[in-house]
Amino acid sequence: MTPEENFMRKIEAGEKIEPKDWMPDDYRKNLIRQISQHGHSEIIGMQPEGNWITRAPSLRRKGILLSKVQDEGGHGLYLYSAVETLGISRNELIEALQTGTAKYASIFNYPAQTWGDMGAIGWLVDGAAIVNQVSLQRTSYGPYARAMIRICKEESFHQRQGYEIMVTLSRGSAAQKAMAQDSLNRFYWPALMMFGPHDSESAHSARSMKWKIKRETNDDLRQKFVDQTVKQIEVLGLEHPDKDLKWNEERGHYDFGEIDWDEFYNVINGNGHANRQRIEHHVRAHEEGEWVREAMHAYRDKKRSAKQQAA
Amino acid sequence: MATQELDLYEVFLRSRRGLDHKHVGSLHAEDHEQALEYARDVYTRRSEGVSIWVVRSSDICASQEDDSDSFFDPSDDKPYRHAMYYELPKAVDNM
Ligand SMILES: [Fe+2]
Ligand SMILES: [Fe+2]
Repeated sequence: MTPEENFMRKIEAGEKIEPKDWMPDDYRKNLIRQISQHGHSEIIGMQPEGNWITRAPSLRRKGILLSKVQDEGGHGLYLYSAVETLGISRNELIEALQTGTAKYASIFNYPAQTWGDMGAIGWLVDGAAIVNQVSLQRTSYGPYARAMIRICKEESFHQRQGYEIMVTLSRGSAAQKAMAQDSLNRFYWPALMMFGPHDSESAHSARSMKWKIKRETNDDLRQKFVDQTVKQIEVLGLEHPDKDLKWNEERGHYDFGEIDWDEFYNVINGNGHANRQRIEHHVRAHEEGEWVREAMHAYRDKKRSAKQQAA
Repeated sequence: MATQELDLYEVFLRSRRGLDHKHVGSLHAEDHEQALEYARDVYTRRSEGVSIWVVRSSDICASQEDDSDSFFDPSDDKPYRHAMYYELPKAVDNM
């Protein structure tokens, strides 16, 4: 059996691929692209919510939001460690993010304008991410699958705290309810876009499915999210942003309106509201941390030479 | 003649592809290669694993049980990090 055949045998038998196994170059490249993009999304995703920590309406909400943002930082690190098993370094990863060769989820290029957005983001954005991540717990690359399992355990509070904000707002004053509706309206469609282009348009989809990097298609995952969200909007007593939404008895799913794909590609290609700001902020934070990294290296060198002298 | 003490190694086993390596025990060995062979003989006689890691015990840096209060108690007053802290309407509580 050639290494290639052995690799495909494992994939087809549903076995995981581990870091030291032989794998096709394109499998490795594909994984590096997907896992790093996923990790960058966690890291950049801290910005829109981090922006509201100092303005949270109560100490309780502040503690919750702070914990959530902390979790996202942790998720970024799990994913960076997973992708590093494929032979790419942290410096290369950060460089690719900062120069725009690597992407992150477009949703984080939308601004978080109101407190209601903290509700909508937790509920819808984390909600959509969970649908995707639950599916990826079965991805074929071992370290990625294990990172997903760890992350999914931590995600559920993110969605629930967001929904709880929406419940509070929609049971509040008329102005609060309007704020909830406005946030839902602005984040609903971008959340659907998080699943990526239609399967027929997706450049990487077919091969990713063959290699079991992805286990369900973009459109199937999106349908799951649409279906589960209907009831959640109804319970809030808010209006559904999709006027074409209709139960389809035959399919056993909701039919839904067409996504504005021009907007999707526009934001991906750098013209979203906050693309430039997100990367600038990342570069600035990274540069401001330089003295810490320098101090750590100086400390390490000092300890090393002390050891050598003692020896 | 007293036997010379060999270094202690910790042994980790992956029982099936896709799972984490789990600590299963330790053994004495001359070096890493020998530790790996011993680990195979001692811990996988019934094909308990598909992959073994051995780590010199002295290379493991561990937190101290006695310090565990100050080490872990920052999470004690953050019940909101758990999903079930949030009470949601019944119809959507499966979220
Ligand atoms: Fe996350
Ligand atoms: Fe999250």
